[in-house]
Amino acid sequence: MKPARFAYQRAATTEHVLEALHRSGGEARVIAGGQSLVPMLNMRLARPALLVDIMHVAALSHVDDDGARLTIGAGVRQRDLEMRHDTAARQPLLAMALPWLGHVQTRSRGTVCGSIAHADPSAELPLVLTALRGEVHLRSRRRARRLPAEAFFTGMMVTARAEDELIEAVSVPAVRPGTGYAFREISRRHGDFAIAAFAAVADEKELRLAIGGVAETPKARVLPTDQGLDDALDTFAWNLEARDDLHASARYRRELVRRIGREVVLAAIRDREARALKEAT
Amino acid sequence: MSRQAPAVLDAGQRHPVRFTLNGRKAGGEAEPRMLLHDFLRHVLGATGTHVGCEHGICGACTVQIDGAPARACLTLAVQADGAEIRTVEGLALAPDRLSALQEAFRAHHGLQCGFCTPGILMSLDALLRERPDCGEAEIRETLSGHLCRCTGYTPIVKAALAAAEALRVPHHA
Amino acid sequence: MTLDVHAQTVGEGGWVGISIPRVEDAALLAGRGRFIDDLGMPPGTLHAAILRSPHAHATIESIRTDAARAMPGVAAILTGTELRALTTSLVVGVKAPVECWPMAIDRVRYVGEPVAVAVATDRYLAEDALGAIEVSYAPLPAVVAPLDALRDGAPLLHEGFPGNIASDRSFSYGDPDGAFASAPHRIGVDVDYPRNACTPIETYGVVAEYDPALDAYDVLANFQGPFSIHAVIARALRVPGNRLRLRTPPDSGGSFGVKQGIFPYIVLIAVAARLAGRPVKWIEDRMEHLAGAVSATNRVTRLQAAVAEDGRILALDWDQIEDCGAHLRAPEPATLYRMHGNMTGAYAIRNLHIRNRVVVTNKLPTGLNRGFGGPQIYFPLERLISRIAATLGLDPLAVVRRNLVPADAFPYRTATGALLDSGDYRAALDVALRDGDHESLLARRAAARVEGRLYGIGYAAVVEPSVSNMGYITTVLTAAERRRAGPKNGAQATATITLDPVGSVSVHVASVPQGQGHRTVLSQVVADVFGLRPSDIRVVTELDTAKDAWSIASGNYASRFAPAVAGAAQIAATRLRERLARIAAAQLNARADELVFSAGKVFSPGNPGNAIPFTRLAATGHWAPATLPEEVEQSLRETVFWTPPQLDAPNDADEVNSSLCHGFIFDFCGVEVDRDTGEIRLDRYVTMHDCGRILHPGMVAGQITGGFAHALGAALLEEQSYAPDGSLLTGTLADYLIPTAREVPEPVILHYETPSPFTPLGAKGVGEGNTMSTPVCIANAVADALGLADIRLPLLPSRLSEALHGAEPQPPHHEARPPQATQGERTLFGRGRASVDATPEQLWAMLLDPALLARVVPGADNVRRESDTRFRAEVTLGIGPVRGRYRAEIALSDLDPPRAVTLSGSVDGALGFGRGRGRLRLVPVGQARTELTYDYEAAVGGKIASIGGRLLDGAARVVIGQFFESLAVQASGRRPSLWRRLLRLFRRRA
Ligand SMILES: Cc1cc2nc3c(=O)[nH]c(=O)nc-3n(C[C@@H](O)[C@H](O)[C@H](O)COP(=O)(O)OP(=O)(O)OC[C@H]3O[C@@H](n4cnc5c(N)ncnc54)[C@H](O)[C@@H]3O)c2cc1C
Ligand code: FES
Ligand code: FES
Repeated sequence: MKPARFAYQRAATTEHVLEALHRSGGEARVIAGGQSLVPMLNMRLARPALLVDIMHVAALSHVDDDGARLTIGAGVRQRDLEMRHDTAARQPLLAMALPWLGHVQTRSRGTVCGSIAHADPSAELPLVLTALRGEVHLRSRRRARRLPAEAFFTGMMVTARAEDELIEAVSVPAVRPGTGYAFREISRRHGDFAIAAFAAVADEKELRLAIGGVAETPKARVLPTDQGLDDALDTFAWNLEARDDLHASARYRRELVRRIGREVVLAAIRDREARALKEAT
Repeated sequence: MSRQAPAVLDAGQRHPVRFTLNGRKAGGEAEPRMLLHDFLRHVLGATGTHVGCEHGICGACTVQIDGAPARACLTLAVQADGAEIRTVEGLALAPDRLSALQEAFRAHHGLQCGFCTPGILMSLDALLRERPDCGEAEIRETLSGHLCRCTGYTPIVKAALAAAEALRVPHHA
Repeated sequence: MTLDVHAQTVGEGGWVGISIPRVEDAALLAGRGRFIDDLGMPPGTLHAAILRSPHAHATIESIRTDAARAMPGVAAILTGTELRALTTSLVVGVKAPVECWPMAIDRVRYVGEPVAVAVATDRYLAEDALGAIEVSYAPLPAVVAPLDALRDGAPLLHEGFPGNIASDRSFSYGDPDGAFASAPHRIGVDVDYPRNACTPIETYGVVAEYDPALDAYDVLANFQGPFSIHAVIARALRVPGNRLRLRTPPDSGGSFGVKQGIFPYIVLIAVAARLAGRPVKWIEDRMEHLAGAVSATNRVTRLQAAVAEDGRILALDWDQIEDCGAHLRAPEPATLYRMHGNMTGAYAIRNLHIRNRVVVTNKLPTGLNRGFGGPQIYFPLERLISRIAATLGLDPLAVVRRNLVPADAFPYRTATGALLDSGDYRAALDVALRDGDHESLLARRAAARVEGRLYGIGYAAVVEPSVSNMGYITTVLTAAERRRAGPKNGAQATATITLDPVGSVSVHVASVPQGQGHRTVLSQVVADVFGLRPSDIRVVTELDTAKDAWSIASGNYASRFAPAVAGAAQIAATRLRERLARIAAAQLNARADELVFSAGKVFSPGNPGNAIPFTRLAATGHWAPATLPEEVEQSLRETVFWTPPQLDAPNDADEVNSSLCHGFIFDFCGVEVDRDTGEIRLDRYVTMHDCGRILHPGMVAGQITGGFAHALGAALLEEQSYAPDGSLLTGTLADYLIPTAREVPEPVILHYETPSPFTPLGAKGVGEGNTMSTPVCIANAVADALGLADIRLPLLPSRLSEALHGAEPQPPHHEARPPQATQGERTLFGRGRASVDATPEQLWAMLLDPALLARVVPGADNVRRESDTRFRAEVTLGIGPVRGRYRAEIALSDLDPPRAVTLSGSVDGALGFGRGRGRLRLVPVGQARTELTYDYEAAVGGKIASIGGRLLDGAARVVIGQFFESLAVQASGRRPSLWRRLLRLFRRRA
């Protein structure tokens, strides 16, 4: 299990990255934390001609918080975000999901944006981004654009990113008063990719549940808070078109959507109430 | 462009790689595709770091990169250029004096074949440094990034708890 | 507290029985282990990589290696042709005209079977060369499940195994027919025991060299024995045993039986070295290991019992179908016969019938794995006990108690011939219930049930055999065949003790440990004999067949170390001490048999002041041999070969004492099953062991916790899965799931010691027991929690969904039910339609035009027309970062111009292969429009199937759908933006 040959370039600026991606005609790949890419290199599933290392680009390694949104640069490692003193306060859902993402030994290298770029349907961060209506900030030499999560993830490990585009950052809304959050994941072992993962956001306007691991991309729905909840979850479960795999049957996944989906939305509502109480005092 | 683009390290050519290994300067040459564990073991001769899967799951290859435990098998040697690397060879206080963590493993039979052990020690060493007051749940959480087929983990958990205790109440000698 | 090994003396009992720190640990903890990949290599050593079959069953039509040979750094390419020229087939354990090669010769029979070896200056280059070897396969139908292999018309793996049956034997002991006829109840279980493997963290490694002058091979491998395999390897390499030097490295990173399975690779790498004319090294990688190392057997069992009203079992009827995978490799079918003496477990059952069939299937060949045959029999047996209790309304414990071998019956000869050496099973069970606080578990279950939670308790009682009789495997032969072949029996253990000129003591045994701390235990045993400290004793456990004392039973398996090897060392040390005592007696003017060896001195108890230092005495044989008493020939070295007399060859009634020692285990546990998720939480696990005398409590505990973790994996997580077409689905550790520290709780370990009367130290084996008892104990508990009669391992939450959640309600009617595929099924179905601005005739013309096809086939270039209806192309397909290049063939058939056509296509490449068929229908709509409909069926497999099944299915669906729809797009000249994007995605240049 050794990679095929490739060239390597350690970029110092975003422009270097964009230039390399532009020139290579689809033969270059960004390497960030390497936690998804290097296994694929080792198995020779991926055979890029050039790897562009973005981890030494200073401009990409920040988390910006303008009060309304958190913008997480492409160089920010998962562990950095997890250990940041105010992540839980500024966006609870991120803090809830990060400990489920692999292991400390992979989070220490893996980046937030790398996980988004990789777009594994069972991954936690694409789910959180979808639940929060986050955005992906793309840049190429030609243009810069922002895509909402749901437009970005187009299939299993397939995204709307063009080959010459870099994900510069992802952004999510910061915690908002009167909003509750909940997260839960079912996997075979702790640290494994999810069989099904759930992220819910409840505010005074709506109750939103996003589910990962079931369909080919994370999917979100606005659900009723009344007695229509169970029917809505059942419809959601069927709409996800779950499939059987080695670890779980489609039927089991639908069952989780109905049962755990319900628990997670209720937990988000409880969280909202608890937060409201705290804000009041 | 703002600055001269950094050189492309050509495929199939060897390039110098230098870093600090256990506090000392170390260096050699590697193709861009060479994995860090191969560089450590076969270029630098530091064979204490083991290899069990080369896809990031078993944890045998875990080393510390700039202080954080990480998989050598998912790191290219060229990525480590300029970094600070620590491996199991750097844990002992002296050739004949094991660290508290190593001693605890010995006392509690935290190893059998010893193949998984170097990686586990590197993760626990980082954990105990970061969170000296950690308990069993955190230890098991950290260990979940490692596979051990011999011990069933129970003696490893005991060893880690004992090491944490010893580090909290140091030097009763 | 830990003891200081440097202390001068210990208490009365000596060092044995105390948990001293292990001598192995200091080096291992400091990163100074000496595992095979850590050792220096001869200058000029080359590196091997192995090309493996992506097909479960296929004929190899051709292998082209010239491109690979021409690559930089490549020294040799070995294929089946060269292998056959230089070696002989491996011997097969049954009498049948079949061959068993370490690499496919002209046919592959499982995914992962070696097909070619590339040898180059480093591993990276060797892997590069694999990519340039072109193999053309003609796929054959595959058979995966053992029952399917027995069906009429099943694909045949070997002509020499008609009906895929390698062996079919029936045995009868006592009067099973009479017992079944008269018993009030007949109760049975059907079990499909899954495949798993113990997967040590260190993989296989071989370094081989060939000396053409001597026609001799020198091999270093992390092989573990039994060294009977040395004969198998030498024979395959066509050299006498003395021309095959087999060495093992000082450290080995776990084995659990698995490293026995390295031997075909020893042959392969040895031949590669011969071909390359240089030393060759091969370190197996994890994907090779999971696909191509070795697996435990899976087994289909129907077990029936004749049962009395009170739960007493009057007779058993076993029908076992053992699946050994694609080849019957030595020592198989040993997994099936290792337990032959123990088919009644811990119970006194006198009547039984056994039918044993061995089948071959298109899966990885099997071999040694911790528990070896035990899990496969105890799962049915202990599920049966639990079914008997449920059926007759009895307490499972009452059924266990009623049937246990009584304490006064030891040594107890089982109906099938085992001699259970010692034990008091009922007493051990009672102590376990008391000290394990069984009462509180019952209370927890009752409380949980009141609250509506799903809580269950399981039990398992097993006999753990150790020290295998090398003759048990011949039970697979008939008595007449055995007579012709000559008797096979025994379990030779060897140990050598050497005294050097300064009087220090060295021990060598042929035990080849993989982490069991043999060096520590031997230093304790020998220190006690000589009155020394363990740190005074130097122990060497690696083996060199050219220099060391060894025999066929040498090695580390069947838990033979403590009972046999340590005992042999004690005997050798004692013999040497007797001689030293005679020398000392002359000097001390005392009787030899009264001398005391203690604290590094030798003295007469009456006169401790007049003592000789041990070292001086021990050195005497070197410096002053002339002073030795007459009857002491030498006092330098003693080698002992010890074999227990109890291990006879199977007799004419097919009775066999398959193992020397028999430990007893009684386990019970409480589990809770989550109603919503089916997740299983192990609340408490108690395991009681009678493993005879305990030599080192810390290491015994380690063996138990380690075996328990393996067993927990087998119960909850691990299965080597194959799709119905033989694709391997668990090719990485992301799919073959090994438990971590989060999944394995600490078991409560209890002991009840009855020393074995048959072993020198009274010890029995202990390393394997939990792999036998724990899987079924947990299954019994889950069955109790859910009220299930039928339960299959591993206990996936998803599999419990039916039992937990009942039948699933139909989807709301406006939601389409997605196409259903059964679990693991690799066939994809799909259909679609498109409306095109072209006439059917125009469309038809396109289908026959290579230039247009090139635009339609995703990622295709270089489309060549082979005939009017056959095309070949090179295609590059990519999904996300996964990209590969494939050879594609497209054929048109059932042409009904211009209305319908069947398109069949296949793609084949390094990452996998796929085959699909689709029927395309063209229906004119108005003047210049056509409605195009299609449905397809596709099967995909190969490397990527074993890495990411999810990804593969997704990719195939996208590609196929895209093919048909882009046909529509091409025809109508429209390029909707969606398709432009998709086309860009798939049409990357190579
Ligand atoms: C043992 C193990 C367990 C894991 N468990 C989980 C898990 O439970 N959940 C989970 O979500 N993940 C899991 N992962 C994967 C996770 O660790 C990765 O970190 C993540 O998927 C990718 O991030 P990365 O920074 O490592 O990206 P890389 O591996 O460097 O890159 C991944 C892909 O994204 C592209 N890419 C990366 N960054 C950018 C960018 N800024 N712009 C454009 N393209 C980019 C790369 O070219 C590549 O194709 C696991 C990994 C391992 C080894
Ligand atoms: S070798 Fe790196 S995690 Fe297994
Ligand atoms: S001690 Fe052998 S794998 Fe952990």
